[in-house]
Amino acid sequence: MNGPHDLGGQMGFGPIAPEADEPWFHADWERRALGVTLACGAFGAWTIDESRHARENIPPAAYLAASYYEIWIRALEVLLQRHGFVTADEIAAGKSLSAGAAPKRVLTAEMVAGVLARGGPCDRPLSQVPRFAVGARVRTRNVNPTTHTRLPRYARGKTGIVEAVQGSFVFADDNAHGRGENPQWVYTVVFDGPEIWGEGSDPTLSVSIDAWESYLEPV
Amino acid sequence: MSGDHHDHHHDNHYSDMQARVRALETVLTEKGLIDPGALDAIVETYETKVGPRNGARVVARAWSDAAFADWLSRDATAAIASLGYTGRQGEHMRAVFNTNATHNLVVCTLCSCYPWSVLGLPPVWYKAPAYRSRAVIDPRGVLREFGVTLPEEKRIRVWDSTAELRYLVVPQRPAGTDGWSEADLAGLVTRDSMIGTGLARLPETAA
Repeated sequence: MNGPHDLGGQMGFGPIAPEADEPWFHADWERRALGVTLACGAFGAWTIDESRHARENIPPAAYLAASYYEIWIRALEVLLQRHGFVTADEIAAGKSLSAGAAPKRVLTAEMVAGVLARGGPCDRPLSQVPRFAVGARVRTRNVNPTTHTRLPRYARGKTGIVEAVQGSFVFADDNAHGRGENPQWVYTVVFDGPEIWGEGSDPTLSVSIDAWESYLEPV
Repeated sequence: MSGDHHDHHHDNHYSDMQARVRALETVLTEKGLIDPGALDAIVETYETKVGPRNGARVVARAWSDAAFADWLSRDATAAIASLGYTGRQGEHMRAVFNTNATHNLVVCTLCSCYPWSVLGLPPVWYKAPAYRSRAVIDPRGVLREFGVTLPEEKRIRVWDSTAELRYLVVPQRPAGTDGWSEADLAGLVTRDSMIGTGLARLPETAA
Protein backbone atom coordinates (compact mmCIF):
# COMPACT_ATOMS: atom_id res chain seq x y z
CA MET A 1 0.00 0.00 0.00
CA ASN A 2 1.09 3.55 -0.61
CA GLY A 3 1.05 4.33 3.10
CA PRO A 4 2.76 6.90 5.30
CA HIS A 5 5.59 4.45 5.99
CA ASP A 6 6.91 4.59 2.41
CA LEU A 7 9.16 7.56 3.05
CA GLY A 8 12.04 7.29 0.58
CA GLY A 9 12.55 10.61 -1.22
CA GLN A 10 9.87 12.56 0.65
CA MET A 11 10.85 16.02 1.84
CA GLY A 12 10.09 18.44 4.63
CA PHE A 13 10.83 16.42 7.76
CA GLY A 14 13.64 18.72 8.84
CA PRO A 15 17.04 17.89 10.31
CA ILE A 16 17.91 14.39 11.46
CA ALA A 17 19.15 15.68 14.80
CA PRO A 18 21.06 12.66 16.12
CA GLU A 19 21.22 12.69 19.91
CA ALA A 20 24.68 12.40 21.45
CA ASP A 21 25.01 9.44 23.84
CA GLU A 22 21.40 8.51 23.21
CA PRO A 23 19.95 6.22 25.92
CA TRP A 24 18.38 2.93 24.88
CA PHE A 25 15.00 4.20 26.05
CA HIS A 26 13.61 7.69 26.67
CA ALA A 27 10.83 6.69 29.07
CA ASP A 28 9.92 3.60 31.02
CA TRP A 29 6.89 2.95 28.83
CA GLU A 30 9.24 2.45 25.88
CA ARG A 31 10.86 -0.46 27.75
CA ARG A 32 7.46 -2.02 28.34
CA ALA A 33 6.42 -1.33 24.73
CA LEU A 34 9.43 -3.26 23.45
CA GLY A 35 8.79 -6.10 25.87
CA VAL A 36 5.06 -6.40 25.29
CA THR A 37 5.47 -6.25 21.50
CA LEU A 38 8.04 -9.06 21.47
CA ALA A 39 6.17 -11.11 24.05
CA CYS A 40 2.93 -10.94 22.04
CA GLY A 41 4.82 -11.70 18.84
CA ALA A 42 5.90 -14.94 20.52
CA PHE A 43 2.24 -16.10 20.57
CA GLY A 44 2.84 -17.21 17.00
CA ALA A 45 -0.56 -15.78 16.02
CA TRP A 46 0.75 -13.35 13.42
CA THR A 47 3.88 -12.95 11.33
CA ILE A 48 6.38 -10.10 11.22
CA ASP A 49 4.88 -9.23 7.84
CA GLU A 50 1.39 -8.87 9.29
CA SER A 51 2.89 -6.72 12.06
CA ARG A 52 4.56 -4.44 9.55
CA HIS A 53 1.32 -4.11 7.62
CA ALA A 54 -0.58 -3.21 10.80
CA ARG A 55 1.95 -0.41 11.40
CA GLU A 56 1.61 0.85 7.83
CA ASN A 57 -2.15 1.02 8.27
CA ILE A 58 -1.98 3.63 11.01
CA PRO A 59 -3.60 6.76 9.51
CA PRO A 60 -0.91 8.97 7.96
CA ALA A 61 -1.27 11.96 10.28
CA ALA A 62 -1.00 9.73 13.35
CA TYR A 63 1.84 7.64 11.88
CA LEU A 64 3.99 10.65 11.10
CA ALA A 65 3.37 12.24 14.50
CA ALA A 66 4.16 9.07 16.46
CA SER A 67 7.44 7.83 17.87
CA TYR A 68 8.35 4.36 16.72
CA TYR A 69 7.36 2.66 19.98
CA GLU A 70 3.99 4.40 19.74
CA ILE A 71 3.63 3.01 16.22
CA TRP A 72 4.38 -0.44 17.64
CA ILE A 73 1.77 -0.11 20.39
CA ARG A 74 -0.96 1.20 18.07
CA ALA A 75 -0.34 -1.72 15.71
CA LEU A 76 -0.16 -4.24 18.55
CA GLU A 77 -3.59 -3.16 19.82
CA VAL A 78 -5.00 -3.82 16.36
CA LEU A 79 -3.33 -7.24 16.08
CA LEU A 80 -4.48 -8.33 19.54
CA GLN A 81 -8.08 -7.46 18.69
CA ARG A 82 -7.96 -8.94 15.19
CA HIS A 83 -6.80 -12.27 16.58
CA GLY A 84 -9.29 -12.32 19.42
CA PHE A 85 -6.92 -11.97 22.38
CA VAL A 86 -8.38 -8.74 23.74
CA THR A 87 -11.33 -6.48 22.99
CA ALA A 88 -11.49 -2.73 22.46
CA ASP A 89 -13.45 -2.49 25.72
CA GLU A 90 -10.67 -4.23 27.61
CA ILE A 91 -8.03 -1.91 26.16
CA ALA A 92 -10.17 1.09 27.12
CA ALA A 93 -10.85 -0.25 30.61
CA GLY A 94 -7.31 -1.46 31.25
CA LYS A 95 -8.60 -4.74 32.65
CA SER A 96 -9.71 -8.17 31.59
CA LEU A 97 -13.47 -8.41 30.97
CA SER A 98 -13.87 -11.77 29.23
CA ALA A 99 -11.96 -14.85 28.13
CA GLY A 100 -10.34 -14.50 24.74
CA ALA A 101 -8.37 -16.62 22.31
CA ALA A 102 -5.61 -18.80 23.72
CA PRO A 103 -2.17 -18.43 22.11
CA LYS A 104 -0.02 -21.33 21.00
CA ARG A 105 2.51 -20.31 23.60
CA VAL A 106 3.05 -17.71 26.29
CA LEU A 107 6.60 -16.42 26.59
CA THR A 108 7.99 -16.93 30.07
CA ALA A 109 11.11 -15.30 31.47
CA GLU A 110 12.99 -18.59 31.16
CA MET A 111 12.22 -18.80 27.43
CA VAL A 112 13.40 -15.30 26.53
CA ALA A 113 17.12 -15.92 25.98
CA GLY A 114 16.49 -18.90 23.72
CA VAL A 115 13.74 -17.22 21.71
CA LEU A 116 15.80 -14.09 21.09
CA ALA A 117 18.91 -16.12 20.22
CA ARG A 118 16.97 -18.17 17.67
CA GLY A 119 15.20 -15.23 16.08
CA GLY A 120 12.91 -15.95 13.17
CA PRO A 121 14.81 -17.07 10.10
CA CYS A 122 12.68 -16.59 6.99
CA ASP A 123 14.81 -18.22 4.32
CA ARG A 124 13.02 -21.19 2.76
CA PRO A 125 14.17 -23.83 0.28
CA LEU A 126 12.91 -23.41 -3.27
CA SER A 127 13.13 -25.94 -6.07
CA GLN A 128 12.92 -23.48 -8.96
CA VAL A 129 16.16 -21.94 -10.12
CA PRO A 130 16.48 -18.15 -9.96
CA ARG A 131 15.02 -16.38 -12.99
CA PHE A 132 17.72 -13.71 -12.98
CA ALA A 133 21.49 -14.01 -12.79
CA VAL A 134 24.04 -11.61 -11.35
CA GLY A 135 24.60 -8.83 -13.89
CA ALA A 136 21.13 -9.06 -15.44
CA ARG A 137 19.34 -5.83 -16.31
CA VAL A 138 15.89 -5.79 -14.75
CA ARG A 139 13.03 -3.35 -14.38
CA THR A 140 10.93 -3.15 -11.26
CA ARG A 141 7.23 -3.43 -11.93
CA ASN A 142 5.13 -0.32 -11.66
CA VAL A 143 2.46 -1.51 -9.26
CA ASN A 144 0.33 0.17 -6.62
CA PRO A 145 -1.17 -2.62 -4.54
CA THR A 146 -3.59 -1.68 -1.79
CA THR A 147 -2.08 -4.53 0.23
CA HIS A 148 1.36 -5.01 1.83
CA THR A 149 4.42 -4.68 -0.38
CA ARG A 150 8.11 -4.17 0.22
CA LEU A 151 8.71 -2.48 -3.13
CA PRO A 152 9.05 1.20 -2.25
CA ARG A 153 7.39 3.77 -4.48
CA TYR A 154 10.65 5.50 -5.40
CA ALA A 155 11.96 2.24 -6.89
CA ARG A 156 8.96 1.25 -9.03
CA GLY A 157 9.29 1.19 -12.81
CA LYS A 158 13.08 1.66 -12.57
CA THR A 159 15.84 -0.16 -14.41
CA GLY A 160 18.75 -1.58 -12.47
CA ILE A 161 21.27 -4.39 -12.31
CA VAL A 162 21.07 -7.59 -10.30
CA GLU A 163 24.10 -7.42 -8.05
CA ALA A 164 23.45 -10.50 -5.92
CA VAL A 165 21.08 -13.44 -5.69
CA GLN A 166 20.53 -13.47 -1.94
CA GLY A 167 18.60 -16.69 -1.48
CA SER A 168 14.95 -17.67 -1.29
CA PHE A 169 12.74 -16.10 1.35
CA VAL A 170 9.16 -15.95 2.58
CA PHE A 171 7.26 -13.58 0.29
CA ALA A 172 6.21 -10.73 2.54
CA ASP A 173 3.42 -9.48 0.27
CA ASP A 174 1.53 -12.78 0.61
CA ASN A 175 2.54 -13.71 4.13
CA ALA A 176 1.30 -10.40 5.56
CA HIS A 177 -2.23 -11.37 4.53
CA GLY A 178 -2.23 -15.01 5.57
CA ARG A 179 -1.89 -16.20 1.99
CA GLY A 180 1.05 -18.46 2.85
CA GLU A 181 4.81 -18.10 2.81
CA ASN A 182 5.13 -18.73 -0.96
CA PRO A 183 8.91 -18.25 -0.99
CA GLN A 184 10.64 -16.50 -3.87
CA TRP A 185 14.20 -15.65 -4.81
CA VAL A 186 15.38 -12.31 -3.46
CA TYR A 187 17.84 -10.17 -5.40
CA THR A 188 19.85 -7.10 -4.53
CA VAL A 189 19.10 -4.73 -7.39
CA VAL A 190 21.19 -1.59 -7.71
CA PHE A 191 20.06 1.58 -9.47
CA ASP A 192 22.08 4.62 -10.51
CA GLY A 193 20.97 7.73 -8.66
CA PRO A 194 19.87 9.52 -11.86
CA GLU A 195 17.67 6.55 -12.84
CA ILE A 196 15.67 7.11 -9.66
CA TRP A 197 15.92 10.83 -9.00
CA GLY A 198 16.41 12.17 -12.52
CA GLU A 199 17.75 15.63 -13.21
CA GLY A 200 19.98 16.98 -10.49
CA SER A 201 20.63 13.62 -8.89
CA ASP A 202 23.97 13.13 -7.18
CA PRO A 203 25.98 11.40 -9.97
CA THR A 204 28.06 9.49 -7.42
CA LEU A 205 24.96 7.92 -5.84
CA SER A 206 23.68 4.41 -6.31
CA VAL A 207 20.82 2.88 -4.34
CA SER A 208 19.94 -0.76 -3.91
CA ILE A 209 16.83 -2.54 -2.75
CA ASP A 210 16.29 -6.19 -1.94
CA ALA A 211 13.58 -7.31 -4.34
CA TRP A 212 11.52 -10.49 -4.47
CA GLU A 213 11.53 -12.07 -7.92
CA SER A 214 7.94 -11.13 -8.73
CA TYR A 215 8.83 -7.43 -8.34
CA LEU A 216 11.11 -7.72 -11.38
CA GLU A 217 10.82 -8.14 -15.11
CA PRO A 218 13.62 -8.65 -17.64
CA VAL A 219 14.75 -5.69 -19.74
CA MET B 1 0.65 27.12 35.94
CA SER B 2 3.57 25.23 37.42
CA GLY B 3 2.73 21.62 38.03
CA ASP B 4 0.15 21.55 35.26
CA HIS B 5 1.60 19.02 32.88
CA HIS B 6 -1.17 19.60 30.38
CA ASP B 7 0.56 22.81 29.36
CA HIS B 8 3.39 20.73 27.92
CA HIS B 9 2.46 18.75 24.87
CA HIS B 10 5.56 16.57 25.07
CA ASP B 11 5.08 15.61 28.71
CA ASN B 12 1.38 15.11 28.12
CA HIS B 13 2.00 12.83 25.17
CA TYR B 14 4.51 10.76 27.12
CA SER B 15 2.18 10.39 30.09
CA ASP B 16 -0.59 9.34 27.68
CA MET B 17 1.63 6.63 26.28
CA GLN B 18 2.71 5.58 29.77
CA ALA B 19 -0.96 5.05 30.66
CA ARG B 20 -1.77 3.37 27.36
CA VAL B 21 1.05 0.84 27.61
CA ARG B 22 0.38 0.18 31.29
CA ALA B 23 -3.28 -0.52 30.51
CA LEU B 24 -2.35 -2.93 27.75
CA GLU B 25 0.22 -4.71 29.89
CA THR B 26 -2.33 -5.01 32.71
CA VAL B 27 -5.00 -6.55 30.48
CA LEU B 28 -2.54 -9.02 28.97
CA THR B 29 -1.15 -9.99 32.37
CA GLU B 30 -4.63 -10.51 33.86
CA LYS B 31 -5.50 -12.75 30.93
CA GLY B 32 -2.35 -14.80 31.40
CA LEU B 33 -1.09 -13.84 27.95
CA ILE B 34 2.17 -12.30 29.09
CA ASP B 35 4.63 -12.90 31.90
CA PRO B 36 5.87 -9.51 33.16
CA GLY B 37 9.13 -11.26 34.03
CA ALA B 38 9.58 -12.07 30.35
CA LEU B 39 9.23 -8.38 29.53
CA ASP B 40 11.91 -7.60 32.11
CA ALA B 41 14.18 -10.24 30.56
CA ILE B 42 13.67 -8.81 27.06
CA VAL B 43 14.49 -5.29 28.22
CA GLU B 44 17.51 -6.47 30.18
CA THR B 45 18.83 -8.28 27.09
CA TYR B 46 18.75 -5.14 24.98
CA GLU B 47 19.96 -2.80 27.72
CA THR B 48 22.93 -4.90 28.80
CA LYS B 49 23.78 -7.77 26.45
CA VAL B 50 23.17 -6.75 22.84
CA GLY B 51 24.65 -3.54 21.50
CA PRO B 52 27.20 -2.00 19.14
CA ARG B 53 30.09 -3.48 21.10
CA ASN B 54 29.15 -6.71 19.33
CA GLY B 55 29.49 -5.17 15.90
CA ALA B 56 32.70 -3.39 16.88
CA ARG B 57 34.24 -6.76 17.72
CA VAL B 58 33.24 -8.08 14.30
CA VAL B 59 34.81 -5.10 12.55
CA ALA B 60 37.99 -5.22 14.62
CA ARG B 61 38.37 -8.92 13.81
CA ALA B 62 37.89 -8.18 10.11
CA TRP B 63 40.54 -5.45 10.26
CA SER B 64 42.97 -7.79 11.99
CA ASP B 65 42.39 -11.07 10.20
CA ALA B 66 42.20 -11.18 6.40
CA ALA B 67 40.75 -14.69 6.40
CA PHE B 68 37.94 -13.58 8.73
CA ALA B 69 37.29 -10.52 6.54
CA ASP B 70 37.01 -12.78 3.52
CA TRP B 71 34.58 -15.07 5.37
CA LEU B 72 32.59 -12.04 6.51
CA SER B 73 32.30 -10.84 2.92
CA ARG B 74 31.10 -14.26 1.69
CA ASP B 75 28.96 -15.49 4.60
CA ALA B 76 28.43 -12.75 7.14
CA THR B 77 25.79 -14.67 9.10
CA ALA B 78 28.20 -17.54 9.81
CA ALA B 79 31.25 -15.35 10.39
CA ILE B 80 29.35 -13.18 12.87
CA ALA B 81 27.85 -16.25 14.57
CA SER B 82 31.38 -17.56 15.15
CA LEU B 83 31.86 -14.63 17.55
CA GLY B 84 28.63 -15.53 19.35
CA TYR B 85 26.27 -13.00 17.79
CA THR B 86 23.09 -14.52 16.42
CA GLY B 87 19.36 -14.18 16.72
CA ARG B 88 16.53 -11.78 16.28
CA GLN B 89 17.03 -9.23 13.48
CA GLY B 90 20.41 -10.75 12.66
CA GLU B 91 19.24 -14.00 11.08
CA HIS B 92 20.40 -13.06 7.57
CA MET B 93 23.43 -10.79 7.74
CA ARG B 94 25.43 -9.11 5.00
CA ALA B 95 28.62 -7.12 5.58
CA VAL B 96 29.46 -4.30 3.18
CA PHE B 97 32.98 -2.89 3.15
CA ASN B 98 33.89 0.75 2.72
CA THR B 99 36.78 1.32 0.32
CA ASN B 100 38.74 4.26 -1.02
CA ALA B 101 36.25 4.34 -3.91
CA THR B 102 32.91 3.71 -2.18
CA HIS B 103 31.16 4.67 1.04
CA ASN B 104 28.21 2.55 2.17
CA LEU B 105 25.13 3.82 4.01
CA VAL B 106 22.28 1.68 5.37
CA VAL B 107 18.64 2.71 5.76
CA CYS B 108 15.21 1.15 5.99
CA THR B 109 12.89 3.55 4.18
CA LEU B 110 9.81 1.39 4.84
CA CYS B 111 10.12 0.72 8.57
CA SER B 112 13.07 0.32 10.94
CA CYS B 113 14.97 -2.81 9.84
CA TYR B 114 18.33 -2.81 11.61
CA PRO B 115 20.89 -5.48 12.54
CA TRP B 116 19.94 -5.89 16.20
CA SER B 117 22.31 -8.82 16.83
CA VAL B 118 25.38 -6.67 16.17
CA LEU B 119 24.18 -3.11 16.84
CA GLY B 120 21.39 -3.51 19.39
CA LEU B 121 18.21 -1.47 19.20
CA PRO B 122 18.23 1.32 16.61
CA PRO B 123 18.54 4.97 17.68
CA VAL B 124 15.45 7.17 17.40
CA TRP B 125 16.73 9.05 14.35
CA TYR B 126 17.19 5.81 12.39
CA LYS B 127 13.46 5.06 12.77
CA ALA B 128 12.23 8.63 12.18
CA PRO B 129 10.97 10.16 8.92
CA ALA B 130 13.82 12.65 8.39
CA TYR B 131 16.50 9.97 8.02
CA ARG B 132 14.31 7.41 6.27
CA SER B 133 13.16 9.94 3.67
CA ARG B 134 16.49 11.61 2.93
CA ALA B 135 19.09 8.85 3.08
CA VAL B 136 18.17 7.57 -0.38
CA ILE B 137 17.93 10.94 -2.16
CA ASP B 138 20.42 13.17 -0.33
CA PRO B 139 22.96 10.98 1.45
CA ARG B 140 25.68 13.63 1.31
CA GLY B 141 23.39 16.10 3.04
CA VAL B 142 22.57 13.47 5.63
CA LEU B 143 26.24 12.73 6.22
CA ARG B 144 27.01 16.43 6.68
CA GLU B 145 24.54 16.49 9.57
CA PHE B 146 26.61 13.75 11.17
CA GLY B 147 29.78 15.78 10.62
CA VAL B 148 30.99 13.61 7.75
CA THR B 149 32.11 15.20 4.48
CA LEU B 150 33.16 12.75 1.80
CA PRO B 151 35.46 13.61 -1.12
CA GLU B 152 33.38 14.76 -4.11
CA GLU B 153 34.53 11.90 -6.28
CA LYS B 154 33.78 9.18 -3.73
CA ARG B 155 30.86 6.99 -4.72
CA ILE B 156 28.02 6.56 -2.25
CA ARG B 157 26.08 3.34 -2.11
CA VAL B 158 22.84 3.37 -0.15
CA TRP B 159 21.42 0.01 0.94
CA ASP B 160 17.67 0.13 1.52
CA SER B 161 16.83 -2.88 3.74
CA THR B 162 13.57 -3.78 2.03
CA ALA B 163 13.67 -7.55 2.68
CA GLU B 164 15.04 -9.68 5.54
CA LEU B 165 18.75 -9.11 4.90
CA ARG B 166 20.40 -6.96 7.54
CA TYR B 167 23.46 -4.89 6.66
CA LEU B 168 26.58 -4.16 8.69
CA VAL B 169 28.95 -1.55 7.27
CA VAL B 170 32.64 -2.34 7.80
CA PRO B 171 34.29 1.08 7.97
CA GLN B 172 37.81 1.67 6.71
CA ARG B 173 40.55 1.02 9.24
CA PRO B 174 42.11 4.32 10.30
CA ALA B 175 45.74 4.97 9.44
CA GLY B 176 48.22 4.84 12.28
CA THR B 177 46.77 1.72 13.88
CA ASP B 178 49.33 -0.84 12.74
CA GLY B 179 49.99 -3.39 15.43
CA TRP B 180 46.95 -2.42 17.51
CA SER B 181 45.18 -5.19 19.38
CA GLU B 182 41.66 -6.18 18.37
CA ALA B 183 40.35 -4.81 21.65
CA ASP B 184 41.96 -1.41 21.01
CA LEU B 185 40.74 -1.38 17.41
CA ALA B 186 37.20 -2.14 18.54
CA GLY B 187 37.33 1.05 20.58
CA LEU B 188 37.58 3.02 17.33
CA VAL B 189 34.44 1.46 15.84
CA THR B 190 31.35 3.53 16.54
CA ARG B 191 27.74 2.53 16.05
CA ASP B 192 27.34 5.20 13.38
CA SER B 193 30.40 3.95 11.49
CA MET B 194 28.65 0.58 11.17
CA ILE B 195 25.46 2.22 9.82
CA GLY B 196 27.51 4.41 7.48
CA THR B 197 26.54 7.74 9.05
CA GLY B 198 29.99 7.95 10.59
CA LEU B 199 33.60 6.91 10.10
CA ALA B 200 35.81 5.00 12.49
CA ARG B 201 37.47 7.18 15.12
CA LEU B 202 41.00 8.32 14.47
CA PRO B 203 43.65 6.89 16.80
CA GLU B 204 44.39 10.27 18.39
CA THR B 205 40.78 10.53 19.54
CA ALA B 206 40.69 7.07 21.14
CA ALA B 207 39.74 7.13 24.78
